[in-house]
This record gives sequence, C-alpha cells and structure tokens, in this order.
Amino acid sequence: MSTLDLDALIDDPGTRIIVTCGSGGVGKTTTAAALGLRAAERGRKVVVLTIDPARRLAQSLGLTELDNTPRAVADADPANGGRLDAMMLDMKRTFDEVVLAHATPEKAEQILANPFYVALSSSFAGTQEYMAMEKLGQLHKQAERTGDWDLIVVDTPPSRSALDFLDAPERLASLLEGRFLRLLLAPARGPLRLMSAGVNLAMSVMNKVLGAQVLTDVQTFAAAFDTLFGGFRERADQTVALLREPHTAFLVVASPQNDALREASYFTERLREEQMPLAGVVLNRVTTTHVPDLSAEQSMAAAEKLETAGKSELTAAVLRLHADKMQQVVSDRKRADRFRRGHRAIATVDVPALPDDVHDLTGLRTIGDLLTA
Amino acid sequence: MVTGKGGTGKTTVAAAMALALADQGKRILLVEVEGRQGLAQLFDVPPLPYVERRIAVGPAGGEVFALAVDAEAALLEYLDMYYHLGRAGKALDKVGAVDFVTTIAPGLRDVLLTGKVYEATRRKSHGRLAYDAVVLDAPPTGRIGPFLNVNQEVAGLAKVGPIRNQADAIMGMLRSDVTRVHLVTLLEEMPVQETLDAVEQLEQLDLRIGSIVVNMVRNSPLDDDALALAVKEKLPAVELTRGLRAAGFTATKNMVAALTKEARDHAVRVGLERENRDRIDALGKKVTEVALLPDGIDHGALFDLAEELRS
Repeated sequence: MSTLDLDALIDDPGTRIIVTCGSGGVGKTTTAAALGLRAAERGRKVVVLTIDPARRLAQSLGLTELDNTPRAVADADPANGGRLDAMMLDMKRTFDEVVLAHATPEKAEQILANPFYVALSSSFAGTQEYMAMEKLGQLHKQAERTGDWDLIVVDTPPSRSALDFLDAPERLASLLEGRFLRLLLAPARGPLRLMSAGVNLAMSVMNKVLGAQVLTDVQTFAAAFDTLFGGFRERADQTVALLREPHTAFLVVASPQNDALREASYFTERLREEQMPLAGVVLNRVTTTHVPDLSAEQSMAAAEKLETAGKSELTAAVLRLHADKMQQVVSDRKRADRFRRGHRAIATVDVPALPDDVHDLTGLRTIGDLLTA
Repeated sequence: MVTGKGGTGKTTVAAAMALALADQGKRILLVEVEGRQGLAQLFDVPPLPYVERRIAVGPAGGEVFALAVDAEAALLEYLDMYYHLGRAGKALDKVGAVDFVTTIAPGLRDVLLTGKVYEATRRKSHGRLAYDAVVLDAPPTGRIGPFLNVNQEVAGLAKVGPIRNQADAIMGMLRSDVTRVHLVTLLEEMPVQETLDAVEQLEQLDLRIGSIVVNMVRNSPLDDDALALAVKEKLPAVELTRGLRAAGFTATKNMVAALTKEARDHAVRVGLERENRDRIDALGKKVTEVALLPDGIDHGALFDLAEELRS
C-alpha cells in the first residue's frame, strides 16, 4: 500500500495524458481541473477536456460558451512557463466534424440531414463516450503536431457505469459495421444471398411496424455511412492503443461510499485486463475532523450528560455535531482502509472533504494542494 | 415516474414509494429500465428477469412486484402481441435488426420502454386493473426530458405508422392526470441545478410534476443563532470552555478552537444547503424531505423510508 504521488506524476515529462474516471458524483471533473491547473502552474503546457462540468466550475475555467475548441484559462499563473487551456465537449459537433472530415461534401450533407444520424449523434447512449475519446485523439494529434500542449487531462462522461467510455467506441463501431447494416446495404449480394429469406422477412416486418419511410431512412443512413465504416473502426482502435501507451495515466476517483468503491474496484480490474496504465486511486471527499482525539462515543456521552444536567445547550449541540462527524470519519476510514487492503498493489491518496463547493481557481488550487499533500 | 441526478438515491426513493403505496390488498409494479439491476441489489435478490415477480410486501400489507424492462425483449413481445409475429420477430433478432433499431434510435428504444409501462398500467386481470399503481425508476434528470417526450423523439423518425400511433397513445397517458413525475435531489449544487432544469423541461412538455424529494437531509443540532455565530467562527469560547469542563473535559484552548472550526465548517455547509433549499422552494412544488440514514441503505432501512414517505 503506497501513497499516490501526483506531483511526481504531473511533473514527469513522460506523462502526456491523464484520464480521470470513476462513478458519477465523486468529483472527477473537479479533480481533472485541479490537476490540470496545478500541472500548468508548475510549468506544463496543459489542455483540460471536460465533459459536463458544474456551471460555476465551468465559469471559473472561462468555459462560458460551448464551441468545442480549447480556450486559454486567463487566470492560470504562467510564472513557471506553463499554460492552461480548457474546453467542454460538444458531442454532436464533434460527430459532425468527423463526418465532414471523412465523407465527400455531398455525402456529408446527406448524412447530417438523415433523421437516424441526428438521433445517433445527439442522443445515442454511447455517443458522448465515443466523442470524448475521439476528441482526445484529435487533441493528442494536435499536440504532437504543433507542440501546443505537453499534457492532456481528460475527464470521462458521467455514465451509469464507469466502464462505458471504454466500451462505447467498440460498441458503436461494431454497430455501424454490423451484419444488419450490411444486409440493408446489399440484401441480395454475394454470400449473403443465402440469408435473404430471413432478410426479406425482417424487411417486411420492419415495413409493417415502422412504416416504409423509416426503413428508407435507415437504408439511406446505412448507405451514406458506408464510406465511413473503415474510418470508425480504425479510429476506435487508435484511441484504445493511445490509452495503452505508457505515457497515459489513469486516475480512478472514488468517494469512500460503498457504491463508489465497488465501482472503483471493478474499474481498476478492468484497466488491468485491458493493460491500461493505472496511476492510482484518488479517495475523494474523505470526512476529516479538527478534533481527532475525541471519539464519537465520548462526545455523545458528554452531550447527554450536559443535557441531563441542563447545562450549556450550546456545548451539548457542538458535541453532538462532533459525534456525528466522528461517526462519519470512522466509517469513511474503515471503508477506505478496506479498499486499500483489498488492493495492496494500488497507490492511493485521500482528499479531505471541503465544506463548500469548488467554483473558482482558488478552490481548484486548494484541491490541488490536498491532492498532493 | 421517479427521476434524479445519479447518486441522489432515485432508485431507493422509487422503491420506497412503491412500498409506501402498497396498502392492504393493493398491487404495485416497480419497474426499472436501465439494465442496472438496481432493484435486485436494493432488495437483495438475484438479478431480475423480464418477468414481473413479487419482490416484497409493503409495510401496510400490499404486494410490490418488480420488473426489469429490456428494450429488445419488449420489442419482441410487442411484435408478438400486436402482430403475432413470433417467428418473424426471431428472424429480426437474428439478423441484428432488433439490436440495431433499439440502439441506433434511442427514441424507438424509449417508446419500447415506456410502452411496457403503458401496457402494465392499463392491463386488466380478473375484471380489474392488474396494478393499482406503477412506479418507474426512470432515467436520470439529464435524460428524463427526451425519455418521456416519446412523441417528439419518434416523430423525428416516423411521421406515420403503427410505431407513431403507439407513441401518441403513450404520450397521452404520460400527459394525463394518472401520471406524476417526482424528482429526487440532494441539497448540493449540481443535483439542484439539474432538478431545476428538468422541471422546466418537463413542464414545457406538459408533464405533471408530483413532488421534489429532498433526500438525505441532516438536521443541524445547532439552532439558527448558534449557526450564525458558528459560520463566523465566533461561538462564545467562554461558554464552550465552561460547558466542556462541566462535561468532564480539561477543555484546552486548542480543543475549544478545534471544535469551533468544526462548527464553522458545518455552518458553511448548512448555509449552502439552505441556499439550495431556497432554490427548490422557489419552484413552488410540493417538497418532501427524507432524512439521511446514517448506516446507509439496506432492506430494513428501505421500509423505514417507506414509512416516512407514507406519513
């Protein structure tokens, strides 16, 4: 069991990509932003890609408009020669750009107008994950080409499962090159002819249930997308390869709650299976106390004693407050320690809970200090 | 319909609502649609199949049934029910059409999911409705608008045809007086913001808001006067020192200062929670508070929660 040294990680010029992941509501985005800011103020040239930041956090990074391009964070301190850019992902726009970059103008126009494309690009459950990875690939290429950045910090979407962003590109790619689309494109060609009885049946059912217009739209969509299939698969594979390289570091973020820790365990396992480099686990929002020597039991007993004697209500209330807090401190510590014992090879760092929400650079710097304390 | 930001406890609240509605002789159906098997986890039973099965008896003696709806199974069932397409349905599945359609067109997927709720709500059994109420653990606030706006989502894809008619019928039920959307939130910035956004969105869709459930509420042991002092780190040190001594402590300066700091952190948090509560109250909706369960949620705690909602 070792302590995760995040300053060493962000100061290492060999670290080029940091991915923060974990279940929703554990402070992933804040962690990504705080690390990005800290790295920049320690001399790295950083771009932070956020997915769905809290409004005030976004404002603090100057992310007032969603234009899908990194913008400089004006108030990051450049004294050590670094800089900080930040951007918020616009998933539909990213998807449109992929289409525009890989199809002829005529075909691109057809695709962008197709109702199935519109549905896919704006609401498919895996599109956000896929586009986050797509954008990461683009930023990485730009960084290599122009030298604008030497560190990319990327936040992952608040999925129902933290694994979605690893699976979504594959899922979308296999869907787009799947058997059904092939069949729609060429129902009577080649070896597929053998299938045509089943296909015809399928088509007639679709016609009946969905109506002819829908089927035509699906076919148009399939035909228009046909040229992009190879590209999609290749790009998904490239992104996965990028994530496996030693210059990438995954940070799993969890809070000391059972659900979040279960998800974190699952996630670290999965990263190992995928041979993706895990830097460690950030245990976020751990309850701490200013009065560690006074136990919950002592504090509660003292409060009751005062209440029974009818003395100092205020002191009794403060002691009750401390007793509640101590209970949380103890159970957070218990769960965090249990996690550590179960994952001895994984470095962890505890970050104390702050009383208020972070929504400015000062708050992010405080988090940065706590992450590396 | 129960929605909320991830992590606010919407599945727990949905389950507790189902239990709370289960009066003597009543039958309640509790439905999940996201493939998370959250209900099975909560009730500590093996993963739920696509079959309605009794999962609990509510505190007042009624029965709660649970169902995990899967879009593909719902589509095949739908095809069979309305078109008697047993074999053709399987053919569709075999060529990957079902997967394709339900994945690529989330609107269609949502029609299938809400369609199952629609079917269960109207189903008759022995001359009466099969269920007295259906509680849906719906998708999170970020997705609830498009999810319930089945009409619009499908209209973009199908102008006419049976799917369109089905969507219209579902929308009719969702907008009618039998449906209410409840939003679960914590008194934190992000969940409250998402709740406000979702309420606005849902009302634009003519959907009816039931209540805002403020979950995991902690009552402060400090009264308002004490909180006002605490937030400025100005609790009277003399009184604290005297009180601590009366309780049997040595009460060093450090101890008093540390407890004062702790009280300040707490007061800051309470202040933020009150700001968030004001934003919720400004909506003018019914607000239900649910207390924090200090030991986390388990089977027994779920019944306590149901009792709390009943009262």
